[in-house]
Amino acid sequence: MRLLSRAGRSLGRTLLQAVPTVLGIVVLNFLFLQLVPGDAADVIAGESGSATLESMEALRRQFGLDQPVLVQLLSYLDHLAHFSLGFSPRYNMPVGELIMSRLPFTLLLMVSAFTLSLVLGIAFGTLMAAFARRWPDRLLSVLVLVLYSAPGFWVGLMAIVLFSVKLGWLPSGGAMTIGADLSGWPAIADRLAHLALPSFSLACFFIAVYARLTRSAMLEVERQDFVRTAQAKGLSAFTIQTRHVLRNALIPVTTVAGLHLGNMLGGAIVVETVFGWPGMGRLALDAVMARDFSVLLGVLLLSSFVVIFANVFIDLLHAWLDPRIEAH
Amino acid sequence: MMVLTSWGGEAASGRSASVWRRSALAALLLGAAILLPQASPAGAATVTMVQATEPPTLVSLTNVATTALAVSAKVTEGLLEYDEKLDPKPLLATAWDVSPDGLTYTFKLRDGVKWHDGKPFTSEDAAFSIDLLKKVHPRGKTTFANVSAIETPDPLTVVLRLSKPAPYLIKAFAPAETPIVAKHIYAGTDPASNPNGNAPIGTGPFKFKEWARGNYIAYERNDDYWGKPDPKVDQLIVKFIPDAAARSIAFESGGVDFGYRTPVALSDVERLKALPNLKFETKGASYSSNVTRLEFNLDNEYFKDPRVRQAIAHAIDRNVIVKTIHYGLATPTSSPIAPGLAQFHDPAPSPYAYDLKAAAKLLDEAGLTPKDGRTRFHLTLDYNPITTEGRRLAEYIRASLARIGIAVDLRAQDISAFVRRIYTDRDFDFVVNGASNLFDPTVGVQRLYWSKSFQKGVPFSNATHYSNPEVDRLLEQAAVENDPKVRVELFRKFQEIVGKDIPDINLVSPTFLTLHNVRVHDLVTTADGAEGNLAHVNVK
Repeated sequence: MRLLSRAGRSLGRTLLQAVPTVLGIVVLNFLFLQLVPGDAADVIAGESGSATLESMEALRRQFGLDQPVLVQLLSYLDHLAHFSLGFSPRYNMPVGELIMSRLPFTLLLMVSAFTLSLVLGIAFGTLMAAFARRWPDRLLSVLVLVLYSAPGFWVGLMAIVLFSVKLGWLPSGGAMTIGADLSGWPAIADRLAHLALPSFSLACFFIAVYARLTRSAMLEVERQDFVRTAQAKGLSAFTIQTRHVLRNALIPVTTVAGLHLGNMLGGAIVVETVFGWPGMGRLALDAVMARDFSVLLGVLLLSSFVVIFANVFIDLLHAWLDPRIEAH
Repeated sequence: MMVLTSWGGEAASGRSASVWRRSALAALLLGAAILLPQASPAGAATVTMVQATEPPTLVSLTNVATTALAVSAKVTEGLLEYDEKLDPKPLLATAWDVSPDGLTYTFKLRDGVKWHDGKPFTSEDAAFSIDLLKKVHPRGKTTFANVSAIETPDPLTVVLRLSKPAPYLIKAFAPAETPIVAKHIYAGTDPASNPNGNAPIGTGPFKFKEWARGNYIAYERNDDYWGKPDPKVDQLIVKFIPDAAARSIAFESGGVDFGYRTPVALSDVERLKALPNLKFETKGASYSSNVTRLEFNLDNEYFKDPRVRQAIAHAIDRNVIVKTIHYGLATPTSSPIAPGLAQFHDPAPSPYAYDLKAAAKLLDEAGLTPKDGRTRFHLTLDYNPITTEGRRLAEYIRASLARIGIAVDLRAQDISAFVRRIYTDRDFDFVVNGASNLFDPTVGVQRLYWSKSFQKGVPFSNATHYSNPEVDRLLEQAAVENDPKVRVELFRKFQEIVGKDIPDINLVSPTFLTLHNVRVHDLVTTADGAEGNLAHVNVK
């Protein structure tokens, strides 16, 4: 119950802050995008390789680009006020519908990569701290360094070469086997097989960050008085490590992880490109290239909501890890 | 499940990690459960096409982006298709006749053809489509300019009446170029926002099934196709893989079956050629030939002087471009008409052969002597970002011109900024650009050299601001000349003049390859290859 009411309060507070922020994001983005050279009609004509004065005019009319900028902005805000993200003439469908078709894939990739990076990162960090300055620590340090310094797209491509081309274990791209008759467990296995490489590629940098953070945080907590007390009480080394040291060391890790959620949303573009993953990052990039600003603004808006909700979740996680935080 | 063991094994080595592992597993399963796939027929023969990017629409009616052309014909057919030499073959029209004066085109339509919604296909649909294309197709206004009346004397006959002959017109009826859409769907609607663009209904061998945005398009077999026993496959999937390396891998691992317009990086072609499960096909690319060009802004102070343009022509070696930029997958051409349009192409070499001494001499004569002993003057070179070769070619030109004392800066931008800069703002010195010749020089080449086609704001028009009354006369006459021999002569003369004037330097014509898995057969049967309706495709 306490957790629930806390969630409500946290959400309310965040939303209060979020509404003006989001409005600012929308208006600023809209105005900045006006400075970008070229418009949607230029893109379509450029892609088509053919145009006439009439077809260019027709395109601009269709996109509403023949209207003054202020009228375009007001009409966009009017749509937002009616909880509509507008209509994309390029995709010939409502922006909301377009984004919702991509959002589940983005969330799936983000949540799985985030979970994977936390699980592996904390596991590696714990091991490194437990064996500090001995060979398992050194070995893992090297591994973590590799994960830290190798760019995600390169790791992704190498993983594809190994697991898809050489070994043939995992698919090289996409989000599912298209046109296969699957249901139940085989379907879930198929989804997981497609998810494995992209989420690992996206996670590997963050695994390294969390591993190093966990290691240093645990080593610091180990030197604190309450750990000595726990040892004096005669608790087993395992209990001390997990219940006292790790739990306290998780606070900085989760704080940083919360900040990383936004990064992950942005970093996903590269992974989505390499793996042909139908997520929102790719949609945003395509929208910039196509000057389809109603889609881009929609993606930015939705992304800010995702980040806000993720932070509320991290907030709750903190409260669970360390009840003292709630008091503040 | 391998996915879990591959990293779960590592995680399990940490004692405290087992709890985390379980929760991670649960999270993954939960995520996966959100997205259960739809059922589809079991054991179906499926072919998968790969595209780098998603099309903006599935019918190439108001938007003819290459991505849209690639998918349109599978559902929406045309009146004719063409063999490798661009001679017409029957499709929705079974017979056609052009009157000797070139002013009347009569098409006899196929009987018993049905739209995918069950309604019959008639001459009303064909007449409506051609009229619509003339209004809304990006080049329909040019292609059908001379069509003054469209008549439908009976449900299976369409007659086009022309005000002037249009000798190229008979080649314009390919499915992707001139799609025939259903009148009962488009009549009285805005064609650009008609929902048919997202879920097309046509007469083609494949019915539209599903478009998962950013992911794939699924087509299924049209059991009522007029051309039975075609189509021979049950499903056609179009996948989008934006990354070139990932596309190569998808071909290698069998994840995709075919792609066209060289669907992989040129540097990968040699490696993939060696693989036993893949095959490259050079046929099926003759409906649209491209020419890569270096266009000068003739309003630029340096390029006003023909000697500067000639000097630059002398400094560029087309063979290097073919070998290093295109990995041998291109044909040198100094003519604006691509070698692919063999009937019209003039194979004569440029009067300005590769000769650095001649280039330096011309620049000296123009009074552009080096100021500091090396550099004569500075220029900025833009390049069309739509191909990866554009940038490499621009780099080569920078290096070549450095050798004759012209310092070049490269400027990168995306397609929208590029189009705006070149065609609307005209804020450029010279530019590496491509041009599609399409199926005839009047449609594809005239717009680049005709003085009346210098129109600000219209992409792929006359960007150089070239104006030569003799060239205008030749182009205008060729556009309405009914005698094929005279027409070839007119274009020969045109090529000679343009080759001498060099408002632009035509460099190479890229070779477009179709790449397919060996299990796919009868993929390329027409001039437009994989862009056709794919009725005959089968897998073994």
